[in-house]
Amino acid sequence: MPKEVTDVICPFCGTLCDDLCITVSDDNKTILGVKNACAIGSEKFNHQRLPGRVKRPRMRQADGTYKEVSYDEAVDWTAKMLVKSRKTLMYGWASTSCQAMSIGHEIAEKVGGIVDNCATVCHGSSLIAIEDVGVPSCTLGEIKNRADRVIFWGCNPAHAHPRHMSRYSIFPRGFFTVKGHKGRKIYCVDCRYTDTAKCADEFIQIQQGYDYELLNAFRTAARGGDLPDAVGGVPKEKIYEIVDDLKTARFGIIFFGMGLTHTMGRNHNIDIAICLTRDMNDFTKFSIMAMRGHWNVTGSGQVLGWQYGFPYAVDLSRRDQARHQTGETTSVDLLNRNEVEACFYIATDPGAHFPVDAMVSSARKPTVCIDPHINCTTEISDLHIPVAMVGVETGGCAYRMDNVPIETRKVVEPPEGMLTDEELLTKINKRVDELLVKGGA
Amino acid sequence: MSEYIIKNGHVFDPVQGIKGDKKDIAVKDGKIVDKVGSSAKVIDAKGKTIMAGALDIHAHVAGPKVNAGRWYRPEDKHFDSHKVPGITRIEGGKSIPTVFKTGYAYARMGFTFAMEAAMPPLYARHVHEEIHDTPIIDEGALPVFGNNWFVMEYLKNQEIENSAAYVAWILRQTKGYGIKVVNPGGTEAWAWGLNCLSIHDNVPYFDITPAEIITGLMKTNEYLGLPHSMHIHQNNLGNPGNYTVTLDTLRLAEGVKANNNFGRDQIMHSTHLQFHSYKGTNWGDFESGAKEVMDYVNKQKNITVDTGNVTLDETTTMTADGPFEHHLHGLNHLKWFNVDVELETAAGVVPYIYDPNIRVCATQWAIGLELALYAKDPMRCFITTDHPNAGPFTRYPRVYAWLMSKKYRDERLNTFKHADKVISATNLSGMDREISLYELAQMTRAGPAKALGLSKDYGGLKVGMNADIAIYNIDPDNFPSAGAEIEKAFGNVAYLFKDGKICVENGKVVDMGNKHTFWVDAKVKENKQVMHDIREKFLKYYSVNENNYPVPESYAPHQHIINVDAA
Repeated sequence: MPKEVTDVICPFCGTLCDDLCITVSDDNKTILGVKNACAIGSEKFNHQRLPGRVKRPRMRQADGTYKEVSYDEAVDWTAKMLVKSRKTLMYGWASTSCQAMSIGHEIAEKVGGIVDNCATVCHGSSLIAIEDVGVPSCTLGEIKNRADRVIFWGCNPAHAHPRHMSRYSIFPRGFFTVKGHKGRKIYCVDCRYTDTAKCADEFIQIQQGYDYELLNAFRTAARGGDLPDAVGGVPKEKIYEIVDDLKTARFGIIFFGMGLTHTMGRNHNIDIAICLTRDMNDFTKFSIMAMRGHWNVTGSGQVLGWQYGFPYAVDLSRRDQARHQTGETTSVDLLNRNEVEACFYIATDPGAHFPVDAMVSSARKPTVCIDPHINCTTEISDLHIPVAMVGVETGGCAYRMDNVPIETRKVVEPPEGMLTDEELLTKINKRVDELLVKGGA
Repeated sequence: MSEYIIKNGHVFDPVQGIKGDKKDIAVKDGKIVDKVGSSAKVIDAKGKTIMAGALDIHAHVAGPKVNAGRWYRPEDKHFDSHKVPGITRIEGGKSIPTVFKTGYAYARMGFTFAMEAAMPPLYARHVHEEIHDTPIIDEGALPVFGNNWFVMEYLKNQEIENSAAYVAWILRQTKGYGIKVVNPGGTEAWAWGLNCLSIHDNVPYFDITPAEIITGLMKTNEYLGLPHSMHIHQNNLGNPGNYTVTLDTLRLAEGVKANNNFGRDQIMHSTHLQFHSYKGTNWGDFESGAKEVMDYVNKQKNITVDTGNVTLDETTTMTADGPFEHHLHGLNHLKWFNVDVELETAAGVVPYIYDPNIRVCATQWAIGLELALYAKDPMRCFITTDHPNAGPFTRYPRVYAWLMSKKYRDERLNTFKHADKVISATNLSGMDREISLYELAQMTRAGPAKALGLSKDYGGLKVGMNADIAIYNIDPDNFPSAGAEIEKAFGNVAYLFKDGKICVENGKVVDMGNKHTFWVDAKVKENKQVMHDIREKFLKYYSVNENNYPVPESYAPHQHIINVDAA
C-alpha cells in the first residue's frame, strides 16, 4: 500500500515550503506522487526515481572516461587531496544540511580550506550591504498577517520562488489582512514585464541600470526634496505618487533579487534600498528581505556566522584565524587569480554559475565534486561522489530566506549503500585525522 | 571516572556558609562526595580560592539575533580572531564571540552554566543548534512570551489555566526553560511601529496593558510551579526618568507568592536593572536612580535582580525590545538590524560604543556598580553585563575587580573626562563598600542557582552537588591590592572542574566536558481549548506547519529535563 508523508519540506528554493504531501511506495524506496509543490519542487522529488542515477563514486581516468570506485577509495583520495593542498577552495553547501556543514567546517579548519557558499555569486552583495548598514526585516508570516504594501524589486518570484506569492506575499489572507490580495497594493519594479509584474497592481518599468538612482529618488521624495522630471525612465509625478502611497501603508515590505544585486551598483543598490526602508520607518512600519535562492544558502551563512563570525567566503587557510574579505577570499576571485591548489565542491554547481575563466582555472586543479546528480561541475571533476538527496532521502536543518530554520524530512530511502553528506564528511574527517597524525599525505 | 581530592584551598560556599576556611573537597563520579579512596588524584590548592562553578543568569549567547550580530559585524573579529594551540577550535569575536569562544571563555573564567536570555519560539531550532555547538558549559534558554498573541488573548480574559497550558506546550516544543518577558506589549506594538512606554499603555488591537501581561505571566509561572520565576526586561528601557516605570513594575510583585518545589523564593526576576534605573528628564540632566530602585528591591523580598554592568567597551546591543533598538539607532546612527517574528516577538541589533569620554556612558557605568553595592542581600542581586548589551561577558573579571576594590573603581571614576559631572550625578564616589569573596560567591553562584531553581545541584560545594568547581589563584589571606591582579585571577582559573572533570587547567582548555542542555517539561491537564487555538493559529497565521515547529531531539542530544507536574 502506498503511503502519504505529510508536512514535507521542499528542498528547492529559499521559500522552503513545508506543507508538501509525498506519496511513497510500500517499500519506502520510490516516490509515486507529489502534492502542493510547485513545478520545480515536484521535479526535485520526481528526480529521485529517474533511471540513470549515479550510485557509486566515479574517478576520472587518463583517457577522460570514468571508473567506478568504492566510497572508501573516494574518501581516501579526497582526504589526501585536502591534506596535500595548502589552500583548498571548499565551495557550495547551499543544498545540504547545517549538520553536514558543521562537519565540513571542522575539516576545513584542519586542512586550511576556504569555505564559501553560493552567496558569493548571488546575494553576497546583499550581505556586504547589511554589513555596512544593517537591515530591518521580519519573518514571512509577518507579511502574510500584516503587509498592505508589497514591492518586488528586481526579482521574479513567479519563476524563481513560485509559491512565495501564494504562501506569503500577495494572495494569503492573514490576521490583519483578511481581504488577502484585495487588501494589498503590489508594486513591481523591473526593466522587463515579468510574470511577477503581471500579478502587480502597478508595474514600474525602470531603465536598465538605474536602480540606485530610482531608489535615491524615492528617498529624496520621502523627505520632500526636489526631483528632476524623470529618474531611470520614471516620471517624477509617479515617484511622488508612489512614495505618498507607501507612507500611508500600515506595514510595507520590499523584496529584492538579482536585479538589484547583479546590476550596476551591486551592494550599493541594496545599501540604498535598506536606507529607504529605514527612512520609511519614520513614517510607518517597513521591512526589506532578500529573495534567497538555494534552499539552504541562508543556513550556510548562519552556521559560518556562529562558528567563525562571517556569512560567506571564510578563509581558514591560516589555520589559526578566520578571515573574510570580499574580492580576496571569495571563490571566483581565488580561482581567477589561481590562488588555490585544489577544489572541493559540495551541494552546489559552480560549473553552471561561475564565470568561464574561473571554471577554466578550476578545471586544472585536483577537484572533488559531491553531488547527488551529474551536473556541469561533475564533468570537470576528477572525482564525483554521489550522495543521498538532503530533504528527500535524508533529513537535516535548513534556513528559510527569513532565517527561520526548519528540519527537513526524510521521505524515502536512498539507493542501497549510498552515503549521506553527513556520513561521507564524517568519514573524510576521520581519514584526514589519520593522515595528519601520520604527518601528511 | 577519576577521583580527585582538592586540598588546602580556601573555600567560599554560601550554601554551607563557609567563608574562606580551609576544607578538602572530594570529587567522584561527577559529584562532590564525602571522601574518596587513596588513589584519588590530589590537587593542591594552597593559597588559592575555591568556589562552585559560576552561573550567568542572563546572557545573549545563542540564537538568531546573536548570530545576526556576529555576521553583520565582521569588524568585531578584527579585535580578536585566534587559535590557542591544543584541542580548541578557532576563536573569534570580541563583543559577540563565536560559539567556540563563548564556551571556552566562560570556562576559563570559572563558569559552568549560562542562560540564553531570549529565545523566539519560532527560532528555537536555531538557538538549540548554537547551544549544541557551544562547548563545555551547560545552557538553557528562555522563550519570550510577553508579546505572544496566545498569551495576550488568554490574559486579557484572565485565563491563567489556558495561559499555563500554552506556556507548557511551548516549553516542550522549544525545549525552553522558563518565562521571559521583554518589553511586554511594546514589541507587539512595534509591529506597527509603535511602543508601550509605561505599564498602563494599551497594546494596539489586543486591548491589554503591560501590567496585565506581567501580572498574568507571574501567576501563570506560579500556577505551573516552574523552577525559575518570570524573568522580565521591563518597559521603557534606557530612557532618562524610567525608574518610576521600574518601580511601578516591581510593585506588581507585591502579594504574589512563590509556588514551586525547587527552593526558589522570588516570583519576579528583573533583569539588567542598570538600564532601568535612570532619573532626569533628558540626557542633559540624566542621573542615577539606583538608590530609589534598590531601596525598594531590598525591602521587597520576592524579587531578584541582576545588574547589567556597563564595561565601557565597544559592544553590540541586541534585544527582543525591537522599538528600543530603533530608538538607539536614532541616537547613534550605527547600523540597525531588526526582525519581527510572527505572532511572537521581534528583535533588534545595533552596535554601541560605551565611551568613557561621554558623560552618559560613564554615568551608566557608575549606576551599574551602585546597584550591586546597594544590595543588602547578595543572594538576590546578581552580577551580569547583560552580555553583550552593557558589555561582553568576558569583562566579568573587571566588573568584579571594580566591585571588590574601592581604589580600583575610584581610579576609573576620577579619571573620566567628565568626572565631576559623573560624580555629581551618582552616589558612587561616596560608597565605601567592597564586595567580599563570600558575597561574590553569593552573587555569582549560590544566588543565581537558587533563582533558577537549580540550587539542588548548582552554586555550592555541598556533598551530593555537581562537581562544578572553580579554583582561582587568589590567596584570601593576601588579597591582591591591585585591581589588575584581581582581574587576571578571575579571568584565568587555576582549575575548572565541570561534572567532576578538569576542563580548564591554568587558563588552558584541556577537556570539552559533558555539556548539557537544560529544559523544563511541565505537565498540565489536557486542555482542548488551547490545543484547538494552537491548531487554528498554525493553520491560518503561522508560516510553518505545526508539525515542523518542535525542536527535534537530535538538536539537544545531551539534554537534562526538569520535570514539573502541574496536572
